[in-house]
Amino acid sequence: MTQIALKTEKLTIQFGGLKAVNEFDIEIKSGMIFGLIGPNGAGKTTVFNMLTGVYQPTSGSIIGFNKNLVGLKPFQITHAGFARTFQNIRLFKNLTVLQNLQVAMDQNPKHKKFGLLSTLIKTAKLLESEGEKTAECLSILKIFNLDSRAEEIASNLPYGDQRRLEIARAIATGSRLLLLDEPAAGMNSKETASLMHTIKDVRKIFDATVLLIEHDMKLVMGICERIAVLDYGVKIAEGTPSEIQKNPRVIEAYLGKAATNDQAR
Amino acid sequence: MSKESQNKFAEIPGILGMKGWLFAAAVIIFLHFTLQLGLNAYYFQILMFAGINITLAVSLNLVNGFTGQFSMGHAGFMSVGGYMSSYLTTTYFASNPDMLQNPIISGVIFFFALIAGGVAATLAGYVVGLPSLRLRGDYLAIVTLGFGEIIRVLLLNMNIVGGARGLSGIQPLTNFFWVFIFALLTVFCVWRVVHSAKGRVLLAIREDEIAGTSMGVNTTEGKVWAFSLGAFFAGIAGGLFAHYLTTLNPGTFDFNRSFEIIIMVVLGGMGSISGSIVAAIFLTLLKEVLRPLQQITGYDLRMIIYSLVLIGMMLTRPQGIFGTSEITSLFNYFKKRLKRGAP
Ligand SMILES: Nc1ncnc2c1ncn2[C@@H]1O[C@H](COP(=O)(O)OP(=O)(O)OP(=O)(O)O)[C@@H](O)[C@H]1O
Ligand SMILES: [Mg+2]
Repeated sequence: MTQIALKTEKLTIQFGGLKAVNEFDIEIKSGMIFGLIGPNGAGKTTVFNMLTGVYQPTSGSIIGFNKNLVGLKPFQITHAGFARTFQNIRLFKNLTVLQNLQVAMDQNPKHKKFGLLSTLIKTAKLLESEGEKTAECLSILKIFNLDSRAEEIASNLPYGDQRRLEIARAIATGSRLLLLDEPAAGMNSKETASLMHTIKDVRKIFDATVLLIEHDMKLVMGICERIAVLDYGVKIAEGTPSEIQKNPRVIEAYLGKAATNDQAR
Repeated sequence: MSKESQNKFAEIPGILGMKGWLFAAAVIIFLHFTLQLGLNAYYFQILMFAGINITLAVSLNLVNGFTGQFSMGHAGFMSVGGYMSSYLTTTYFASNPDMLQNPIISGVIFFFALIAGGVAATLAGYVVGLPSLRLRGDYLAIVTLGFGEIIRVLLLNMNIVGGARGLSGIQPLTNFFWVFIFALLTVFCVWRVVHSAKGRVLLAIREDEIAGTSMGVNTTEGKVWAFSLGAFFAGIAGGLFAHYLTTLNPGTFDFNRSFEIIIMVVLGGMGSISGSIVAAIFLTLLKEVLRPLQQITGYDLRMIIYSLVLIGMMLTRPQGIFGTSEITSLFNYFKKRLKRGAP
């Protein structure tokens, strides 16, 4: 039996008079790579913000790994197994690459937390745990080919690496569902291709489920097993990549525009 | 992968290992007994103020520099701690005056009174922090500023601590040992906290709160925690100050006092412990240098000069003298160069 990683029912949020997301239903099986697409302003990031507790939905339910997530704070949702990246990269800019991961790893529920007293006297247990956490961070960085830059300040990384570091940081939280908001934005086609491999690797290594927002159709169609399409806050279609590509409503709302955009690029 | 290699400061355990800290404590005890013999009283006083200012600047840096929450209420916490400990010692020694004869007993009483002052300040920090740390930037600054004023007005109306007259006849229990042991303890605690998982929580809050909470960091808890710990040491410093001056009134720890500490933190570098120490010493000395100027001109030019120093700093080196680096990274640098140079 496959587990359900995420299920939403009639998820709705209203900003003033605008229903940014309207009765959004989605069900993602564990282990899947799921795409969420739609034109600019369709409400994709808003869905992420509700799923991760940054926004409180006006109505509707969110069940993550069999747990109700509505009303929880973002950090509680991360502990429940969801971690995200941001459309406008939000790294800890002045910290090192390694420290970025350590912050997340410290919150990983599988690692013990230490009180003030142990922190002050640096108990042997604490040092041991720190060593384990660091080793684990470095092994995650290695998957992203960032281990050699562990001591660099995050904001000094090239743009593409910053995006990848954000994914690595999300993994370090120990979450099993990764929500990636436009992970390939600003990457060239070579970087995008390598990112596709990395996402697949990450799913395999960490037994993760991935929900990703992306405008790059090659990436979406290339790695997603299922795709949902949002337009003006409403889900207009859901299916496999080939079903989505054939769906006339999607073509009208989105693919037509995106296809011409792609050619223009 | 060695256990401590994630911590680049750990490369010099001689200084920052437990032995190094204990050695520093031993030096303080040694100086306590030797300095009193020879040092001119005026220089001695400057030294005491410098020590108290180190405690204040380093503890405020935990909040303003490492956690990125701009608090302007440090003097308020000093007040709470100063009044609390002074009230305790004056009441105790009023009924047990003979205990003053015994330096050990009076020292122990003083220690616990200081801790009680620190705890009272911590509680105040918790009470102020819980609602106000949801606010950001300027708003938090204003609330903490208001807190200092509220404390002042409260003290003004509390007859139990003398109201507007204040407290006088506080025993002069503060000495070199207490001032510098607590300065060392503050530096030790802040240093160890900042270079730990707990400290990374604070850094994450400073860097990006939304990213932090999305990575599982309980940011509210982290902020209140930093605020309370900072307040604890401010409370201790308030107690040390009170038992040095031997009088207190509600205006002793006014906004100017908070401002002075903020300048130390900004000047030294927000997020640099060494910077705060250096700036605390520098500004304590500057104040003394400027004292004759005040006598000549008849004006208190200190604040004007402070402001000029601050403006100059902002224009030329906005990150402060040290930025976020520590003096130990300099040691590491030389150590590496030495190694490279060796055959
Ligand atoms: N906090 C907010 N207050 C008011 N309106 C908002 C808020 N957040 C989002 N919106 C609105 O909701 C709509 C959906 O925005 P959202 O950012 O989710 O789009 P998106 O699908 O992620 O677009 P893009 O592809 O450009 O990233 C937009 O009209 C946006 O202006
Ligand atoms: Mg978006």
